[in-house]
Amino acid sequence: MAEAHPVGFQWVMEAKARGAKLIHVDPRFTRTSAMADVYVPIRAGTDIAFLGGIVNYILENELDFREYVVAYTNAATIVSDEYRDTEELDGLFSGYDPDTASYETSSWQYRGSERDGGSHDTGTERDTAAGLRHESHGPPVGPDVMRDETLRHPRCVYQILKRHYARYTPEMVERVCGIPREKFEEVARAWTENSGRERTTALVYSVGWTQHTVGVQYIRTGAIIQLLLGNVGRPGGGIIALRGHASIQGSTDVPTLFNLLPGYLPMPHHANHDTFEKWVDSIRHPGQKGFWNNARSYAVSLLKSYWGDSATPENDFCYGHMPRMTGDHGTYQTVLNMIDGKVKGYFLLGQNPAVGSAHARAQRLGLANLDFLVVRDLFLIESATFWQNSPEIETGEIVPEECRTEVFFLPAASHVEKEGTFTQTQRLLQWREKAVEPPGDARSELWFFYHLGRILRDRLSSSRLPRDRAILELKWDYPTHGPNAEPSAEAVLREINGYEWATGRPLSSYAEMKDDGSTTGGCWIYCGVYKDGVNQAARRKPGREQNWVAGEWGWAWPADRRLLYNRASADPQGRPWSERKAYVWWDAEAGRWTGHDVPDFEPTKPPDYRPPEGASGVEALAGDDPFIMQGDGKGWLYAPAGGVDGPLPTHYEPAESPVRNPLYGQQANPARKIYDRPDNPMNPSPPHPHTEVFPYIFTIARLTEHHTAGGMSRNVRHLAELQPEMFMEVSPELARERGLSHLGWAHVVTSRSAIDAKVLVTDRVAPLRIEDRVIHQIWLPYHWGYQGLTRGGSANDLFGIVLDPNVLIQESKVGTCDVRAGRRPIGAALLEYVADYRRRAGIADNYHQRVVTTDTAESARAAGGPSPESGTAGEAGGTGGDGTGEGQG
Amino acid sequence: MSTAHEKLAGPVDPATDAGYVEPPPRMGFFTDTSVCIGCKACEVACKEWNLVPESGYDLLGMSYDNTGALTANSWRHVAFVEQPRRTGAHEAPYAQSPTGPPVSPVTAEIGAITRADTGTKPGLPTSTEPGAAARMAGGPEFLGMPSASLPGQRGPEERGELRWLMMSDVCKHCTHAACLDVCPTGSLFRTEFGTVVVQEDICNGCGYCIPACPYGVIDQRRGDGRAWKCTLCYDRIGAGRTPACAQACPTESIQYGQLEHLRQRAAARVEQLHAAGVTEARLYGHDPDDGVGGDGAFFLLLDDPEVYGLPPDPVVTTRDLPSMWRWAGAAALAMATAAVVAFLPGPL
Repeated sequence: MAEAHPVGFQWVMEAKARGAKLIHVDPRFTRTSAMADVYVPIRAGTDIAFLGGIVNYILENELDFREYVVAYTNAATIVSDEYRDTEELDGLFSGYDPDTASYETSSWQYRGSERDGGSHDTGTERDTAAGLRHESHGPPVGPDVMRDETLRHPRCVYQILKRHYARYTPEMVERVCGIPREKFEEVARAWTENSGRERTTALVYSVGWTQHTVGVQYIRTGAIIQLLLGNVGRPGGGIIALRGHASIQGSTDVPTLFNLLPGYLPMPHHANHDTFEKWVDSIRHPGQKGFWNNARSYAVSLLKSYWGDSATPENDFCYGHMPRMTGDHGTYQTVLNMIDGKVKGYFLLGQNPAVGSAHARAQRLGLANLDFLVVRDLFLIESATFWQNSPEIETGEIVPEECRTEVFFLPAASHVEKEGTFTQTQRLLQWREKAVEPPGDARSELWFFYHLGRILRDRLSSSRLPRDRAILELKWDYPTHGPNAEPSAEAVLREINGYEWATGRPLSSYAEMKDDGSTTGGCWIYCGVYKDGVNQAARRKPGREQNWVAGEWGWAWPADRRLLYNRASADPQGRPWSERKAYVWWDAEAGRWTGHDVPDFEPTKPPDYRPPEGASGVEALAGDDPFIMQGDGKGWLYAPAGGVDGPLPTHYEPAESPVRNPLYGQQANPARKIYDRPDNPMNPSPPHPHTEVFPYIFTIARLTEHHTAGGMSRNVRHLAELQPEMFMEVSPELARERGLSHLGWAHVVTSRSAIDAKVLVTDRVAPLRIEDRVIHQIWLPYHWGYQGLTRGGSANDLFGIVLDPNVLIQESKVGTCDVRAGRRPIGAALLEYVADYRRRAGIADNYHQRVVTTDTAESARAAGGPSPESGTAGEAGGTGGDGTGEGQG
Repeated sequence: MSTAHEKLAGPVDPATDAGYVEPPPRMGFFTDTSVCIGCKACEVACKEWNLVPESGYDLLGMSYDNTGALTANSWRHVAFVEQPRRTGAHEAPYAQSPTGPPVSPVTAEIGAITRADTGTKPGLPTSTEPGAAARMAGGPEFLGMPSASLPGQRGPEERGELRWLMMSDVCKHCTHAACLDVCPTGSLFRTEFGTVVVQEDICNGCGYCIPACPYGVIDQRRGDGRAWKCTLCYDRIGAGRTPACAQACPTESIQYGQLEHLRQRAAARVEQLHAAGVTEARLYGHDPDDGVGGDGAFFLLLDDPEVYGLPPDPVVTTRDLPSMWRWAGAAALAMATAAVVAFLPGPL
């Protein structure tokens, strides 16, 4: 955190000054470790084993916050008898289909809901990164569930959890992660001792957790611990994602993702959502509890924002104009499609995939095979100059004279040169003023897209083609100002907020949204940010002039709540769990919820409210169901739906690992998204032979001095000089083993490529003992490329493409490699050098990645596989892979 | 006659001593290295505000320090010190890990002889005796020599401890500033805030100030010839603003304020750290009775000053000027007397 978020780290230092103990778990000793009281080294890619060990520690010693767990989580819920755990199936869950390398999930459901819930086609869900949809959206479960609040029933979640993690002992943590027992137990003790009625613990993670083939399950494990210890929905608790850039939260809320629309409404799929009603019902799940029941209003208001007068009830509010997904349109599939010649044009805005995305070599080869490419950036970045100075020029794979891509480079305004909002990790929108005019031709994104849209509409104005109606009928009327006709960012914020169509009055809450076309709303969860026609995000009342929650600084979605699910900060009867941790509570006299924050609950629903028989929607939530967006109002220790790779987090080795999974026969995530193509080879992992060819683990991260792919730092001299050259960090032990010298050259090799780097031999990297072996880890920053004031090898050239199945995020925090002294071969010799590694590793021609590594796959299929009742299995289209091949199990 | 006395040693208020009548309180920096996270925001903010040029793209191999030293082109410098030693109550990071002996002494030695062009003179001199860096990093018992046994096969006692110290260094704005004393043009002057500033339009590049500084702070820019160093953002503090580095520091490692207040705050911080088991915490440059009469920019360190590359007992290089001149005067007088005596009509 001190490395990548130094400004946020000031609060950690403040806590430390007040006596907090700081524990840091990281593969290498960083600037954060330097400040920590306890540093815990860990093997990259083994966090579920570590966190699972903590779950086991809590359950074994009965340290969970029992009253909270029974009342607010699904610990007591009884799971289907058909469910079979990884403990029984050697690392697979029931319902696994080895042919598609995906799960049929009806056996994961709560007892009695096997036929209502569950997904019969997680393969399609994987291709559309369906897990993302659940960021604010409890996936469907049946309305009534069986519970055993004594937690003794053998099929209740609590007991299933206990059995699932029983083997995640301190000894196992030591074997898998390389963490000495005493250190592990110290962390477990600190975490549990600082949770409960009087105390809470916050969990902060960043892309070190997300960029794995099991990234979603990493975070799920953290969530399980936080729920068991009662650290969710309470002040000082929670799970906080430190995002990798400013407003990454904002760009998922109002998404830059292929599978989402604003407010986590799913992008329609051509086969599943051919009508408006089908699309809406897939969101609101008729009969389900919770706030998504009103999804029709959100969807109609969004379409009304898009198409204004043209959107009418008669034409389903122009639903027919909406683009449809046909499968995986994720960034990695798109790049492979570019290589295959299926993509004509590409827009890059504030992204530098030629350096910053995994398998950067594939990115560059893809960019070189387009008709046109538009790059908008502050500086001339690698993604705009790949055709003249990328490493592929040297190898002859890209020839500048022959490269067909026409590149348009457009200068962009920086964040201080344009106005708008940033949404940070707490879901807080903060308005940003324009400090200076952008120089020269640099323009804001708002300017670019508004005028691009305007010109496109002009060009199409005489068109009668149906396909152009979607653009021609768009409501595209933002007021502009100034000599460059800059659109008003406040007008856009007002549109995002939504307003009454007839009067133009801005809505004050999403509860005002209607499903008849009388309201608009560009992003329903942001409704209220322009309440009363006032830019609420621009509020800047200093903290010292208001209470400690500081509710008058900026604006938080939803409905300006600073802490989600804060009903859980009070006990089931509505009283604070303790005076020290009081946050919101039930005021019986006034008959409403009150407290320091906006209650995340219906304001007048009393704690003893019980839903009437057959209720659905918000009405069906009881007065002590704090997790109001979940289908059963509970926090999910066990996830019967939503995840496509299992209801419980399970330790799988990274897709590339030198270590055989010590816990299960199944080596790596059996549902991971693979692209099994010759241009995307994966280094062998056990049980495949020849893993000794790539014997070391490498992990990459950021330096404080640089920003991501370096576009904003390697071009700024005062930053570039602070870390002027690409380097690798190795332990003295590895340096001795490979003959590397401090400040000398060395190169790192994988089956994709080899890159040069200077060597820093440092005590901050140490080998670990895994099982009976000593495992070396190498650390690399990923900021360099072939453009800018300082240049060097790109660490992302080393990775292949293999993704988390829930959200299609790449595994770019861990891989295997070899390291050799001296510089890599250049030109065509480099290709031959890497090919030779592939030959020696046995992954040359006709090699296919092996997904299933246990012989229990057939049992897993039999247990809870497709059954006659689930006749819709596989009906959804979207093969997505385009012949790239699925699991070759 | 105290107002324009310009004492060369001992505790004084430097602004009053320089002749200011009722000057504002003396301002300074307190840099608390125990909370420095090494982000280098101070280096960048300083260069941006003061338009300081870049100091070269050199990987120095001195941990994450690629600036190397305070030079004419780097007025803040964050030092990074990796050592196999314990600090405070931290637990040994590699306790029970299968690790071999530490390498920091070796890398410190290599770092000490790294050449880098900072565009300044003397800039970043390489060490003439790099072994000192190794000794400082690891203690004389470790030289990081290769060993015959395989890594991982040794006992866990081999490499348990590691600390990574970070410290943002800056001009000390001495109470008795030798650079100022020797400046023949009056370019270097004492401000009303008690700080020491070079006036770039007066400096003639004579370079006298450079050997005069007991800390090796002041430096000449090549091709320009003039001496440059931290001004404690004279332009900002004159307008009631905080210096750029302190403003940018996210953890309040760099604190700016009235020197009197900073000294009190620093003493309290040392007590707090001692109570928390960080017994190594000590102040550096805070004492008005030290060899420079106390620094306007002083530090809280977690080990001996030498570990951070600071002189342990700095003395203003002009301290002995009065007595030297007294001796010189006495000698001249004696010679004159002798000459006179020689020409006296003696008894013939």
